[in-house]
Amino acid sequence: MRTIQQEKRVSLDGKRGIPIDSVWQHKHILDLDDFTPAEIELVMQTTDAMHEILSRPIKKVPALRGKSLVTLFYEPSTRTRSSFDLAAKNLSADVINLAASTSSVLKGECLVDTLETLEALGTDIIIMRHPHSGSPYVAARHVKAHIINAGDGWHAHPTQALLDLYTIRQHKSKFKDLKVTIIGDIKHSRVARSNIWGLTKMGARVKLCCPFTLLPMGLDKSHGNFPDIEVEPNIDRALKGADVAMALRLQLERQQSGLLPSLREYTKMYQLTEEKLAHAKDDVIVLHPGPVNEDIEISSSVVHGPRSLINQQVKNGVAVRMALLYLLSGGTH
Amino acid sequence: MGKNIIMNAADIRRTLARISHEIIEHNKSTQHLILVGMRTRGVPLANRLAANIEGFEGVSVPVGALDISLYRDDLPSLELQPVVKSTDIPVNIDNKAVVLVDDVLYTGRSTRAAMDALIDLGRPHSIQLAVLVDRGHRELPIRADYVGKNMPSSRHEEIQVRLKESDGTDEVAIIPTPTKEEQP
Repeated sequence: MRTIQQEKRVSLDGKRGIPIDSVWQHKHILDLDDFTPAEIELVMQTTDAMHEILSRPIKKVPALRGKSLVTLFYEPSTRTRSSFDLAAKNLSADVINLAASTSSVLKGECLVDTLETLEALGTDIIIMRHPHSGSPYVAARHVKAHIINAGDGWHAHPTQALLDLYTIRQHKSKFKDLKVTIIGDIKHSRVARSNIWGLTKMGARVKLCCPFTLLPMGLDKSHGNFPDIEVEPNIDRALKGADVAMALRLQLERQQSGLLPSLREYTKMYQLTEEKLAHAKDDVIVLHPGPVNEDIEISSSVVHGPRSLINQQVKNGVAVRMALLYLLSGGTH
Repeated sequence: MGKNIIMNAADIRRTLARISHEIIEHNKSTQHLILVGMRTRGVPLANRLAANIEGFEGVSVPVGALDISLYRDDLPSLELQPVVKSTDIPVNIDNKAVVLVDDVLYTGRSTRAAMDALIDLGRPHSIQLAVLVDRGHRELPIRADYVGKNMPSSRHEEIQVRLKESDGTDEVAIIPTPTKEEQP
């Protein structure tokens, strides 16, 4: 006979006896620097439940019925935007997709005015992507709606980092002392920054690998409370013993701006190939936030090879974002 | 203080044995039966009923776990979100006789949510409800098919079900709670 594992007791809402999480403390999701490990773990567990919904023939639950949600994108996006859109629809929220390129932004409306308009329309959650670092923080100060940062400049992309954490968690037993090597254009990568916060909070050991021209300033402890990480410009050494290899997109205009001598040289030294992956552990997994420049930062054979979880990441993106929308939309923060 | 035990371990064991017989009798066969426990305490109860049925009939009945958090009608009014756990139902419920199992039947709102959740998963032949305690105060037209104990109660009392699997001991108690304002 099948028995179902009994979960541990969580605190109960006194009046109604409903299991309640008292762990979640966020009104907005701006970056992972202010997340506690317990909150990240709650996101992971909630994502497990959302995953089950995605496996059903009818992938829809009524949890966010009557809530309205806007995706406000000032930069192009395929996966982040469509996965937020799907996640919201799976939870029965009403979604408006706004692209800056087709909105009044083109007529010169400023960010705060756009946000206030959305607020006047009764929006509960605003998911925004903006080329300027810090703009979601401005938004969070100006409107009552919940703000989710879907990427701001070079600063942060917390939902991507959470889906990366979830993908890692599906394949590795624990985060503690997990060796994660992030390779590529760290300087311009909001994905890398949010991942560094998330991974180190969960106890993983993060190594960055890139040419020094693509390494941001202020990564060491002397700059505030930035987490402890290691920098290793040699990719073979950086990958030695790695459990997870994360390649980042190289924006091709970086070469024009003089940060790289030539694309060929970068590709030769930093492209993630089967050969270089041989230095990592046998069960290494490969992540990439997408979109991929095949045969630039990562070889096609790795992208489509057995260790690549790139498509899994996209799939998990929907479940993680459902979990975040559910957790955010609760009650009376 | 003021805690009044209304069922002990032996009472719970006998009651679950009786309900198991009633389920078999009512459904005439165990062939299309599936027991679905409502998280949290409905799940161990469903497991025990399935173990009883296996003991009496020699047939293993599938058991599932249902989480109703995403179907609650009071989500906007709760201060914090309920913890969502996975729904885990091992077989297709189409054309099955589903017995929902819960510890306490009170307003009927959880049962309503559970029925909505089940219907999103398929089209069962029938849905039945088994509860350990029915404490009255229904707010919806819902009744249980199998009741362990009818326990008329005041809204100011708490019915506390504790089970070995989740709480280390088997017992049902009634606890008076200090009178606040009249609840709606």
